[in-house]
Amino acid sequence: MAKQYDAGVKEYRDTYWTPDYSVKETDILACFKITPQDGVPREEVAAAVAAESSTGTWTTVWTDLLTDLDYYKGRCYAIEDVPGDDTCFYAFVAYPIDLFEEGSVVNILTSLVGNVFGFKALRALRLEDIRFPIAYVMTCNGPPQGIQQERDILNKYGRPLLGCTIKPKLGLSAKNYGRACYEGLRGGLDFTKDDENVNSQPFMRWRARFDFVMEAIHKAEAETGERKGHYLNVTAPTCDEMMKRAEYAKELGAPIIMHDYLTGGLTANTGLAQWCQDNGMLLHIHRAMHAVLDRNPHHGIHFRVLTKVLRLSGGDHLHSGTVVGKLEGDRDATLGWIDIMRESYIKEDRSRGIFFDQDWGSMPGVIPVASGGIHVWHMPALVSIFGDDSCLQFGGGTLGHPWGNAAGAAANRVAVEACVEARNMGVELEKEGKDILNKAAKHSPELKIAMETWKEIKFEFDTVDKIDVAHK
Amino acid sequence: MSDVQDYGSNLSDAALSRKYETFSYLPALSTESTRAQIQYIVDKGWNPGIEHTEPENAISNYWYMWKLPLFGETDVDVILAELEACHKAHPDNHVRLLGFDNFAQSAGASMVIYRGVSV
Repeated sequence: MAKQYDAGVKEYRDTYWTPDYSVKETDILACFKITPQDGVPREEVAAAVAAESSTGTWTTVWTDLLTDLDYYKGRCYAIEDVPGDDTCFYAFVAYPIDLFEEGSVVNILTSLVGNVFGFKALRALRLEDIRFPIAYVMTCNGPPQGIQQERDILNKYGRPLLGCTIKPKLGLSAKNYGRACYEGLRGGLDFTKDDENVNSQPFMRWRARFDFVMEAIHKAEAETGERKGHYLNVTAPTCDEMMKRAEYAKELGAPIIMHDYLTGGLTANTGLAQWCQDNGMLLHIHRAMHAVLDRNPHHGIHFRVLTKVLRLSGGDHLHSGTVVGKLEGDRDATLGWIDIMRESYIKEDRSRGIFFDQDWGSMPGVIPVASGGIHVWHMPALVSIFGDDSCLQFGGGTLGHPWGNAAGAAANRVAVEACVEARNMGVELEKEGKDILNKAAKHSPELKIAMETWKEIKFEFDTVDKIDVAHK
Repeated sequence: MSDVQDYGSNLSDAALSRKYETFSYLPALSTESTRAQIQYIVDKGWNPGIEHTEPENAISNYWYMWKLPLFGETDVDVILAELEACHKAHPDNHVRLLGFDNFAQSAGASMVIYRGVSV
């Protein structure tokens, strides 16, 4: 018999807390870290989160009875303590796959985090992880080329890729900018990069930059005999403008373009990624604004979620943090999200902050980009942490070389190759790093000077956000 | 200014300036290192493959395949002998060794072992 209409406010947990629920293969699962208001029971807050991120609202409505709410509702199926923090708890929520439009990370986020974070019954809320079922993964575009295809296009194997963001961040003319790119590429880098806020400013309009940079790429390729690229930033005020820039990059024969997926927006990003796939273009993704969402351990969206969202939306490179450089990043958590970027199947592993098994099937992987305050002395640790399928970027660490960009680039290239050679021979990089670099410097005056220039500089602050671990 | 060393790479001096990817910015590998690199490929379970090219054509994706990849070969000396044979047959060419990874379907390693003189 059908239910009767029972107007009024019901406790959320009556409908949305279902500890006996068996998770389906096709469910989208989310792990939230909830900091409740005092005096509100956990099950009630958790159920409220499930409701407000799916079908519910604050009172029953008659239209609930026109549909099969039991089929469509999100439900909280588990609650766990957070190790080492009594102010909050984990709530696990399952959403039926039919709640979401296929191929739309926009829809996923709008549902899961669109409404519920301002909810009064909680003081703070953080989305820790999402499990995307393979059924949903297969509706998504994914990376336009992927790691293997990128290596094949560039003909670069067996080592990390090397890049450099052009500095100063803003203010150079197009021709001077192209000069900086040319020098870095001819010295041995694989890529140079537009800084994220280089879009199209009065001191350097985008079209002029694209023209001069392509000349730099072609000359550096002819000179070194190796393939080169520069991430031409197509992030723009409108999608039309973004596509105009992407099309022009293709016209010039650029192998790779770049986009800021958070400030540019996921609708723009997904469209751009599909275009890149249709046009044989590599896509480098920058994550401007991520720290607004992911840095506070109690409120926001964890970067591992942003990583998954990007892989689905589409990108071939994604900035992942360096662990050792100037910007924040806990080592274990970073290793966790690097696996999420690259691997086909990632098992649950709480020690690296991975809350769910994640199956990507045949969706290609994304190359993690380590960029931010790193220099030659960091190379052994970087190669050890990130492995070959990575892109290591040295902005100041190339351009700040006393002999200029080409020398800076050569120093980095010699350093990375020396580390790879040593690693393949079985040498422990993080222990023997100094020796490896000293030996290599004997044959590279550029490296020797680089090592002298940056010896004293370290960035040793404790991270603000770490993996939750139990108190001792 | 006298302390700054000039970076000499240029279009005209190919021998100085042309590179050929991994390890080409290091001096030629020692015998010990070469053996270790081959052992690394074998330990990873990759199939060794040998290719060569005239230096002026090195930028192409496809170098000349030397015979077929040495599928399942794990003996470092056998691989070294094939590399040497290719070098003797084409003494002016770059000769490179790849490690084919069937699962990534990519080369896990790729390095020029015998360096031809770029022109």
